[in-house]
Amino acid sequence: MAKTKTRDRMNNEINAGSMADIAFLLLIFFLVTTTIAEDKGILVKLPPWSDEEPDITKLKERNVFSVLVNAQNQLLVREEPARIGELRERAKEFIMNPSKRPDLAEGPRNAIISLKNDRGTNYETYLAVYNELKGAYDELWDELSERRYGQPYSDEMPFAQRKAIRDEIPMVLSEAEPTNFGEEQ
Amino acid sequence: MAKFSKKRGKSSPAISTASLPDIIFMLLFFFMMVTVLRDSDLKLSVNTPEATQLTKLDEKSLVNYIYVGRPTQQYQAVYGTSPRIQLSDKISTVDDIPLFLEQHKVKLPEAKRSRITSSLRVDGDVTMGIVQDVKTKLRKSNQLKINYSAGKRTDELR
Repeated sequence: MAKTKTRDRMNNEINAGSMADIAFLLLIFFLVTTTIAEDKGILVKLPPWSDEEPDITKLKERNVFSVLVNAQNQLLVREEPARIGELRERAKEFIMNPSKRPDLAEGPRNAIISLKNDRGTNYETYLAVYNELKGAYDELWDELSERRYGQPYSDEMPFAQRKAIRDEIPMVLSEAEPTNFGEEQ
Repeated sequence: MAKFSKKRGKSSPAISTASLPDIIFMLLFFFMMVTVLRDSDLKLSVNTPEATQLTKLDEKSLVNYIYVGRPTQQYQAVYGTSPRIQLSDKISTVDDIPLFLEQHKVKLPEAKRSRITSSLRVDGDVTMGIVQDVKTKLRKSNQLKINYSAGKRTDELR
C-alpha cells in the first residue's frame, strides 16, 4: 500500500526537463532566421515631378550655396574646390550669416542650397555630402531650439514649436538634374 | 543521530531545472520581439554607406525596400557585374518600380497610404546614374518620401 502511494506521488509531476530543450530549439530557430532590424537612414522628401525645369535665374547669387560633385568625387562649393569635412561649417555660416557679409545669404529664409552631381558620382560621396548639408540644418535647428525652448530639436517637441523653428530656418535643398559626363558603362 | 544525518544527505536535492524553460522562453520572446523575418534573399551585394543625420523608420508595414547594387558572385553569370535593382526578391529594371509600389500600396488601408516610405538600400560603390533613374521614377510615381538607408558613423570625417 505504501508502495503505490509513492508511485502516485511520482506520477503527479510532469517532467519539465525537456521543456528547456524545446525552448532552446525555438530560440535557435529564431536566432538563425532573423536579423536585428537596423532601419535607419536619411529621410528625404523628393519634390513632385514636373516636366518644366525650375527657373533659378531670378535668384540672387548671394542667396545660393551651390555644391557640385563631379564624377571624380571632387567638390566645387561656390566655384571653388572644397573638402567634405568643411562643408557643414561653411553651410551653417552661409545660412545664418552671423557677420552680415554681403556675399552670404540675406537671411536663413532666403538661403537656398543647390546640390548638383554627375551620373558618375559615387553614391557614398553623394550621401556624405547630403549628410553634411542636412547636418548643417539639423545643428542650426538644435541651436535655435536650445536658445528658445531650452532643449534640442526633436520629434517629441510640440508641433507648434517645431513649426516655429522650421519657419525661422526652412530647409531648402534643391537638387538639380545631374550632368552626365562620367557614367560607367 | 545517524538516522537523522543520513536522511539529510539523501534529501539534498539536485539543482532544480524547472525554471530553466522560463528563462529560455524569456530570451525567446526577447528575440522574437526585436527581430524581423528576412523577407527577401538578396541577389545583390549591398553595403550601405555610413552617415550621422539618421532617422529611424518605425512602422515596418509602411516601408518598401528598393535594393541597388552589384550582383553577388553566384548571380554574376546571369545578371552581369554592373549595378542592378532588386525589388522584393527579383532583379528588376526601373520600369518595374511603379507596379511594385502599387502592389505594396493596395495591401494597406487608405488612411495610411500617404505615409508610405521607400527605403533605398544602395551600395556605397554604385554610381549615381542608376540611383538617379530610381529617384526620377519614384517622383513620377508620386512616391516622394524616401529614405537613404545608412549605418551609423562613429569616426570623424576626413
